[in-house]
Amino acid sequence: MNNGLRKYHAAVWDEPLVMEMGAPGRRGMLFPDAEPELESLAGDAGGLVPEGMRREKAADLPELSEPEVLRHYLHLSQETLGMMGISLFGTCTMKYNPRIAESITRLPFVADTHPDQDIETLQGTLEVIHGLDEMLRDLTGMDRFVFQPGGGADAAFLHATVTRAYHQAAGALSQRRKIITTAQAHPCNPATAAAAGFDVITLPLESEGYASVEALRSVVSERTAALMVNNPDDIGIYNPHIEEWVDIVHEAGGLCFYDHANFNGVMGRVRARELGFDACMMMLHKTFGAPKAGGGPAVGAYGCVSELAPYLTTPVVVKKEGGYTVESSGAARTTQVREYLGNIPVIVKAYSWLRAMGAEGVKEAADLSLLANNYMETRLLEIPGITKGLPHLDEYRMEMTRYSLGELTEETGVTTVDVQNRMVDYGVDAYWMSHEPWFIPEPFTPEAGEMWSIEDLDYWIDVIAAICDEARTNPEIVKTAPHNQPIHRLEGSGLDDPERWATTWRAYRRKHGSGAAAAASEG
Amino acid sequence: MANSTEEAKNQMLEAIGVHSVDRLFEQIPDEHLTRREFRLPAPLTSEVALKRHLLDVLGKNETCENNLNFLGGGVWQHHVPAICDEIWSRSEFLTSVWGTPSSDLGRNQAWFEYASQLGELVGMDFVGLPVYSWGAAVGHAFRMAARMTGRTRVLVPALMDPQRLDVARTYCGFPEQEGHLEMVAVAYDPATGRLDLADLDGKLDRETAAVYFENPSYLGVIEDQAAAVCRMARRRGAEAIVGVDPISLGVIAPPSDYGADIAVGTTQPLGIHMNGGGGVGGFIATRDEERYAREYPTLQVSLTDTIVEGERAFGLTLFQQSSYGSREEGKDWTGNSVYLWAIANAAYMSVLGPTGFEELGRAVLRRSHYAARRIAEIPSVSVEWPTGFFKEFVVRYDETGLSAAQVGARLRAKGIFGGKDLSGDFPGLGQSALYCVTEVHTRGDIDRLAGALEEAVCA
Ligand SMILES: Cc1ncc(COP(=O)(O)O)c(C=O)c1O
Repeated sequence: MNNGLRKYHAAVWDEPLVMEMGAPGRRGMLFPDAEPELESLAGDAGGLVPEGMRREKAADLPELSEPEVLRHYLHLSQETLGMMGISLFGTCTMKYNPRIAESITRLPFVADTHPDQDIETLQGTLEVIHGLDEMLRDLTGMDRFVFQPGGGADAAFLHATVTRAYHQAAGALSQRRKIITTAQAHPCNPATAAAAGFDVITLPLESEGYASVEALRSVVSERTAALMVNNPDDIGIYNPHIEEWVDIVHEAGGLCFYDHANFNGVMGRVRARELGFDACMMMLHKTFGAPKAGGGPAVGAYGCVSELAPYLTTPVVVKKEGGYTVESSGAARTTQVREYLGNIPVIVKAYSWLRAMGAEGVKEAADLSLLANNYMETRLLEIPGITKGLPHLDEYRMEMTRYSLGELTEETGVTTVDVQNRMVDYGVDAYWMSHEPWFIPEPFTPEAGEMWSIEDLDYWIDVIAAICDEARTNPEIVKTAPHNQPIHRLEGSGLDDPERWATTWRAYRRKHGSGAAAAASEG
Repeated sequence: MANSTEEAKNQMLEAIGVHSVDRLFEQIPDEHLTRREFRLPAPLTSEVALKRHLLDVLGKNETCENNLNFLGGGVWQHHVPAICDEIWSRSEFLTSVWGTPSSDLGRNQAWFEYASQLGELVGMDFVGLPVYSWGAAVGHAFRMAARMTGRTRVLVPALMDPQRLDVARTYCGFPEQEGHLEMVAVAYDPATGRLDLADLDGKLDRETAAVYFENPSYLGVIEDQAAAVCRMARRRGAEAIVGVDPISLGVIAPPSDYGADIAVGTTQPLGIHMNGGGGVGGFIATRDEERYAREYPTLQVSLTDTIVEGERAFGLTLFQQSSYGSREEGKDWTGNSVYLWAIANAAYMSVLGPTGFEELGRAVLRRSHYAARRIAEIPSVSVEWPTGFFKEFVVRYDETGLSAAQVGARLRAKGIFGGKDLSGDFPGLGQSALYCVTEVHTRGDIDRLAGALEEAVCA
């Protein structure tokens, strides 16, 4: 690569599966009967399991020493790109995860606490939860936050179940069967609404970049249970009629939920309550500095107005004389989305992030993320083959913009999947293309956030530009990418074939025979 | 924030061609902008101040390290091998988001190793990536069973963690809704703590989609009628779902041995700290049959190939049936979950190996039975089901004249977190508490507990 970009090659360890490693009799962790007298006092351990319930055949796990296990997983970590390079993975607000919060949450007063400890022994945890609750109330105007939902989708599910409990209490659940969302809303909104037993109405995208007020009106009725939407959407468009939407749904007796996963661009400027929403959700593993962790542990912080508080998942943390306590309400028995108080380490990380940022910092972060996105846009649109999603809408986009590589594909045959696979050859994390449905041909959705420096943004853009150039001069290299990663491109034809898929080694060996396994390991 | 310097901001403003950042927010109507003066606390701008603050606040917690802890009930204090923490906290794993199968090969392989090893423990060969919690796994398993059988009722054990039950119920909806699942409790035999098979038989009918039971039960009892329960369920065309503690599976028979169709449970004991309840995760495992595989709500990775002959890769299988692929037409929903913990789980299972699990199981059995015996010797204290349990057992205080809360408070004063108070959740068990004893407890710890308990109830 002589395009001025850095040399890069991922670590290649050709690492076998852990199940193929080790040797019989080798041990990694010992739990000796350090106290043999326990045997005489408690009886033979085998005999303590009722007849017929003893494990007869040891589990077929690998037999390894501790250093081998450590080295194996260190190798696997090195074969994972993560944020070692630049990651502008849109819709997920990739930002730095302060290591101070990582190190604090590994200490015993977070890590080695039990959720059923007496409340007087968990005052620190409760103070953090309550503190974060208060700060999020300030930012959104809601009356109470809970942190049980194990992700953004789980918070959407909580909303769907709160909606259910609310209408059920009013005797209106059999009538109010419809939840309205939009085609740009994240898939978790319609999916959780359906899982909570509602029919889903999805409003289509219209030429202004959102569904029209008329479209909403035409589906709202006395059968409406709730509206579930995000704003701005992932294309970078803010629906300016959102207050009217909320009014229309309220007039019909429905609840309004603001999926605030795209909070990064509006934080400090827009408050969900002031727009009329009854509830909102923010992602602590996205906006609030907690790591993405390859898919959690995560928290969808769910906030609502006091009218909905009786239906919240429990326990909730409340302030009392000289400290904090927890309360539970009976109504929660149909809105309990997860056991206990939530992913405490993630909550502590978010609390820590907000305490470090303060109100000015939060606002500045929103400013910087819009600046960075629009800065990127000016440069990306100079690259031939790249167009802006919904190009007729020329107002400045919010914290992310969706683009199209459709023209490049038409000209060169190189697709957005090809480009994604080629980016990683430059040590840059693959971008997010688009959630379903794709409105935009060959989409990609970078999100700059506030953390990446101008040099990082420029480098990312340079990589995209270099790949678009390659698409014209050497399309094969893009279509067969990656070349600098531990393995080549996935050949996925067997993934949905029941004769071939294998989510476990056991299934793989059965379906492919030991011969296939041996051939694969020689590769 | 790297771009917070005036130079950087100006450079970006200039490139965009605007004078003020406010211009960039032009899509937001003026009347949507808040006029509020925020009341967030003043920022702690230095790491040193932030650290001090966090230590001050969180330092108010008591921990299970500086107290002697016997709380369990679904979140258990097991030894966490140091390498588990070392591995999951690697920046590469910690900060990864999605990537490609090539660039995030290592993480995907670790996930496959999680599923493969868990599959060996439970004796199943189709394993999804983890869900939020045990309760969530039960809820999804119920919905899978309902879709497979077209039936509308699920049976649950009367002795089940009330919170876990609430989570599962949340997945079942209300009677006035289409697709609602009715939950019916199956009684237990008071003499043994095991399921009452006659009651089960009476409640199993043509509308029963699934029979759910736990092994060991919430109160620690090993369900030695497991094979009969599964047989009864199958005979009536219902799915047999078992909830297991995976750490017990070095010494207790795997679900496949007694004919369970779906195994669910928690991943927390496999190398994850309790984290005040934040360490939980749930798993779903079945036989690799299309009937089951096509109902999974989760993402899962499959071992597959690359375009180069003989080279291995890991790709998502059955993605289209997830909510990412099909929105409301998908199977339930999925999203960020606890995938990082799956990596720690994989490391845990491989560092223990078959012998480690067996040895650990034996150590837990010995210590917990020793503890039960010592406690049963205390005057006016009794153990409800003193044999046939794993790790946990119920201690009754009724004859002491004290409430479980009072006993707990007296133990706490001695630096001991006694068993979990069951009196509110299970009035049928009187004033009682659920004690958990694991490999972290020494004989000395158990003797200390017995002494303190004796003092507490005799004082
Ligand atoms: C707008 C929006 N809503 C909801 C979610 C779902 O969040 P999670 O993956 O944590 O379940 C996302 C995920 O990125 C999102 O972008």
